[in-house]
Amino acid sequence: MSQWVVLAVNSISFGGLLFLLSAGFSLIFGLMRIPNLTHGSFFMLGAYIGVTALRLGLDFWSAALLSGLAMAALGGMIERFLLRRLQGQELPQVLLTLGLSFMIADLSLMEWTGDPISVNTPAGLRGVMPVLGFGFRIYRLAIALIAVAIAAGLWVMLDWTRLGAMIRAGVDDAPIARVMGIRVSRLFTTVFCLGAGLAGFAGMLGAPILSVYPGLDADMLPLALIVVILGGTGSLLGALAGSFIIGILYNFGPALFPELAYVVLFLPMLLVLVLRPQGLFGRQSL
Amino acid sequence: MRRSALALTVLALVTLPYWIGGPYYTNIASQILIWAIFALGLNVLVGYGGLVSLGHAGLFGTASYAAAWLVAAGAGQLAGGLGALALTLLMSALYAALALRATGIGFLMITLALGQILWGIAYRWISLTNGDNGINLSTRPMPLGWSLATPGAFYIATLVVFGLAVSAMASFVASPFGASLRGTRDQPRRMTALGYDVWLIRFLAFLFSGFWTGIAGLLFCYYNQFVSPHLVALSSSAEVLLMVISGGSGTLLGPIAGAALVVIMKNVASAYIERWNLVLGAIFVAIIVLMPEGLVPGSQRIWRWAWRVRDLPTAEIAR
Amino acid sequence: MIALEARALSKSFGGLRVSADVSFAIEAGERRLIIGPNGAGKTTLFNLITGELKPDSGSVHLFGRDITAVPSMRRAHHGLARTYQIITLFPKDTLLHNVTLALLGASPLRWNPMVRLANQLAVLRQAREALTRVGLGNLADRPLGETSYGERRRVEIAMALAQRPKVLLLDEPLAGLSIPERHEVRDLLLAIPRDTTIVMIEHDMDVALDFAERITLLHFGEVIVEGTRAEVVGDPRTREVYLGA
Repeated sequence: MSQWVVLAVNSISFGGLLFLLSAGFSLIFGLMRIPNLTHGSFFMLGAYIGVTALRLGLDFWSAALLSGLAMAALGGMIERFLLRRLQGQELPQVLLTLGLSFMIADLSLMEWTGDPISVNTPAGLRGVMPVLGFGFRIYRLAIALIAVAIAAGLWVMLDWTRLGAMIRAGVDDAPIARVMGIRVSRLFTTVFCLGAGLAGFAGMLGAPILSVYPGLDADMLPLALIVVILGGTGSLLGALAGSFIIGILYNFGPALFPELAYVVLFLPMLLVLVLRPQGLFGRQSL
Repeated sequence: MRRSALALTVLALVTLPYWIGGPYYTNIASQILIWAIFALGLNVLVGYGGLVSLGHAGLFGTASYAAAWLVAAGAGQLAGGLGALALTLLMSALYAALALRATGIGFLMITLALGQILWGIAYRWISLTNGDNGINLSTRPMPLGWSLATPGAFYIATLVVFGLAVSAMASFVASPFGASLRGTRDQPRRMTALGYDVWLIRFLAFLFSGFWTGIAGLLFCYYNQFVSPHLVALSSSAEVLLMVISGGSGTLLGPIAGAALVVIMKNVASAYIERWNLVLGAIFVAIIVLMPEGLVPGSQRIWRWAWRVRDLPTAEIAR
Repeated sequence: MIALEARALSKSFGGLRVSADVSFAIEAGERRLIIGPNGAGKTTLFNLITGELKPDSGSVHLFGRDITAVPSMRRAHHGLARTYQIITLFPKDTLLHNVTLALLGASPLRWNPMVRLANQLAVLRQAREALTRVGLGNLADRPLGETSYGERRRVEIAMALAQRPKVLLLDEPLAGLSIPERHEVRDLLLAIPRDTTIVMIEHDMDVALDFAERITLLHFGEVIVEGTRAEVVGDPRTREVYLGA
């Protein structure tokens, strides 16, 4: 029984991490129509930068924040100097992000070598909290809480601020938004920074659980993809729902169907594609 | 291409094992041919159909794995090869049925996802695919009794298949169906209004693409005599797409040039340059930003510009 | 004999009603003009007739046969052809290739992956003839990118005519053309034989009124006036629609 409880907690925490990763991906795709294939790289590179920060003496939370900011900066530069040059050309933009992910992967390999790096759970959140006779790992609960808090923050931003209104307008109809005077180019850069920053932060946040290793980017990217297809592009609620569904499948799948684990993961996405192409909560069709 | 240039090229290709400088390079030539067939297959969809797939390594891997698995299970080489091709065609049909629910970026994402599912099966369904340990192919086939054990012999066999592939592609491109496919790439709405069944055209093109991708996968299985999940990974799909894009989609020469570029970099350059992934990614980024139409059309453009600059004075004199 | 009939066609996008209960009947061989201010729903009506849009309610009939459920690609085989308001040709190809594609749409040859298109002399000859009929015979081998706007408009018409349609829908065929070009196109259209029924959307009243036998006036997706040229021109509601009186 306790095994299932552990899996449930892991599902929620992994779902939280996935949400932080996918929310950015979903906004970028919804607004800019680019499936950002560098997104997994932001996650991994953020974690690596966090590791270096830790080695330089920073505490965990400062390192995580630094990761987020560093990736936001990198994302901003990529959008401003490379993606914007290709504005309107969807395919070259996607392929550009693919090429960049190759480069980031190799540069990371050069800098941090091929050995997986483990990161200690931050002080104060270590250990286990006994609830109802079960032991819940505190850090995993913390991740889930942080994710929900950020989700709430994003929701407030989207629904209550001007920036959020502009993003929603852009997601609904970018050309019209432009005509109405919204500085769409600046918006693109902002959203790309936001998405990259969230991914980087999530990477460091997840490091105590997942470790940091070459290939982390390729492991996380498809998951973001599934979440967004499942939940619907440009939808925060969809990203949330999708993340937790995938979190559950990712953790329970290998326990229940060890050999078909990966298939189980993708099956709901395929079903959604066939039956409801815009995703569970999406506004635009794929 | 002018006849003399073509004849010279064919001659050079046929005699390659004798002048290339050793079995290592002959093997690289075989690899280039295999990936050129793969890239040509993908180009049917990308260049001529306007449908970009990031999951074609799944089809390539299906053929490779199926052949290795069938032969390891006791089937003869011919049965293994035919079975693998049949399975690949079925998989292509499945790919098409799902991916054609969308176009453009949606199509790309669905094919990416499908490729990942197949990778997951290769990696995790250990009882079927042996996971990371892969499957060995004990011997290469012996078509009509000829042994393909040596690099030279294998190269010639691959060259023959490559020749067939190129002529099939040329035929396809010049045919009415090829024109229909290109029409759906440029103006799908208009094509529908003209009476074309756009979905069916794309579906059939997908099968044609899948067939040649499967042939390439078979050849790889016979070449490498070992298949592993890496074959089916996202990076493999990305590499072959890179070959098509860098060489210039929508041409026949482009994918071949792209395949040569990528394979040579991967094998030869990596001995001198340590981080080939980085270099490859950088070349990719550079090509996208500087020559969005790809290497072959891009270099043609530069060539034409160079000639025009050269011709200017003479044009003035002629007047 | 009624060539094309619409019965209570309605279509809405969200709260916006683009076609409201549109009904009309066009006789075989007739020259019908559809007019109305911008946003009246004229092109939407064409899209409903060709099947590119599905109506919320109502039906479309071609020579007595209900084609409302027939997919768009089949309607071409039933003799329906159209041109577009915004030129949608194949920009990377020659004029000849553009018209050839139009011809192949009706031919089983379009599925053949093995023969050379360049060797299909019959089809290519027909394509050349279609171009010659619109006065572009000498430009047949020119890439589309190297032709003028007026020439491209004529290619559109050549493509539509090459299909030997029974009903031809022309969506603003004169848009963007100079005066002499308009006269050229008008003469072209006048020369089309009566076994093709023509329905035209047009704003250029000089040419269009000349050409039309019956006129249907649309406004906000509804049929306001319909009748002969004289009837519609003289009707006070026409003036109201255009001058907002």
